Amino acid sequence: MKKITLKVTAVLVLLTMVLSLTFANAESGKVYRTLDEIKASGTINIGVFSDKNPFGYVDENGEYQGYDVYFARRIGEDLGLTVNYISTEAANRVEYLETGKVDIILANFTVTAERAEKVDFALPYMNVALGVVSPDSRVIRDLSEIGEGDQVIVISGTTAEDYLIKNNPEITLQKYDTYANAKNALENGNAVAWANDNTEVIAFALENAGYTVGIPSLGSQDTIAPAVSKGNETLLTWINDEIKALAAENFFHKDYEATLVDTYGLDYEDSLVLEGGGVAE
Amino acid sequence: MQSLGLEVLFKGKNFARLLGGLWAALKISLISIAISMVLGILLGILVGRKNRIAGAVMRCYLEFIHIMPQMVLLFLVFFGTAKAFGWNLSGEVSSIIVFSLWGTAEMSDLVRGAVTSIPVIQHESAMALGLSRVQVYRYVILPQAIRRLIPQSINLITRMIKTTSLVLMIGVVEILKVAQQIIEANRKSSPNAAFGVYLTVFLLYFLLCWPVSLLAKRLEKRWG
Repeated sequence: MKKITLKVTAVLVLLTMVLSLTFANAESGKVYRTLDEIKASGTINIGVFSDKNPFGYVDENGEYQGYDVYFARRIGEDLGLTVNYISTEAANRVEYLETGKVDIILANFTVTAERAEKVDFALPYMNVALGVVSPDSRVIRDLSEIGEGDQVIVISGTTAEDYLIKNNPEITLQKYDTYANAKNALENGNAVAWANDNTEVIAFALENAGYTVGIPSLGSQDTIAPAVSKGNETLLTWINDEIKALAAENFFHKDYEATLVDTYGLDYEDSLVLEGGGVAE
Repeated sequence: MQSLGLEVLFKGKNFARLLGGLWAALKISLISIAISMVLGILLGILVGRKNRIAGAVMRCYLEFIHIMPQMVLLFLVFFGTAKAFGWNLSGEVSSIIVFSLWGTAEMSDLVRGAVTSIPVIQHESAMALGLSRVQVYRYVILPQAIRRLIPQSINLITRMIKTTSLVLMIGVVEILKVAQQIIEANRKSSPNAAFGVYLTVFLLYFLLCWPVSLLAKRLEKRWG
């Protein structure tokens, strides 16, 4: 008997905890700070990566740097606010916005339909797509050049793998778990080409002589954009206006030349950078 | 030494940043350990005595902490309280709350075990000598129980120090995060830096935990 009472009490206590959490959640209103509230506080909290060179990283003096940070700094200047950088991880970017612990996420954040249900994306400032790199001896410039006996390297679980399985089932894939193994396989001539995010293959071709990115942009283009908490209209509008206004001075090209050029070279500047959200031409 | 990539540690303020990260981890663990020791001993005694309601509440608490990965607890306190109650706790405060909850739970369990391992006869003899309940614990039970506790509580302390590496997930820049930042920032100039930097992190953790173990050994010898 005693044991049963104990178990019942335990279940009741847990239930009360869960219920109080749920109800409190339903009652709470907005989590974010409006533009005026941010301005009044004097600081804007921007979530960036602190270990993803060259998008967001910390240099040897402890200063945040990178393509995303360059834009974050400009936002701070134009709002006349101090920027408080918050180090985020890929896995917790959405939570930071859902709880209002940051005002903006600027962390190489790819726009997807699933994420757009939870956060509000502003206009994009960068393109990402898939790319295919192959040896200079036989550069693959179109997927149709891949013959029947040829194989293409992909890393398991990447968008490149999904895309090729779905759209080009006739191509035989060679799958590897890590970047290092895929790289070795291409260098050993195990396959005719390697498909991956275009930023990755471009950087690979620049770092390793004898390889060319024959297909720099394959499949649907994804974009990278700033994001704010769902419903934060005032801040979202301000960021969108800012991105449109910055097009006049080719801001993101300057950003690219200051931060990304060492990794991706000048050739891909126009295909990677989006100015004015890609709408104001 | 070039191949270990140790040179990145001497660039700019990198080594000072690494030590700063170590201090961030140490601060969280020291505060949580202090809270856990005090609360853990009090709660452990409370459960060791046969109070049914206290026992039931404590069992819920212990089970809850035991089945939850520390990572989930960190997310629950840092993001969960913000969603549910609108509290804006900082990463440090959230970490201290989680580590104290965890440490207290484990510590009270250890104390309960140690206290119940003292033969009942000691309890009864002390009472027969006319000591009050508090005096029995203060002068007879606890001094013996605490000696038995030393090895496991040292194990708990070192585990708490090491587990602080998880707090980077809620935005606290501690030693491991600084290490990752340094490695990534030098990805092109020193591609092999990972080994040297992680080796340094390993040594720093070791330097932190080793004296604790040494102290425990000395205490065990002296009291054993």
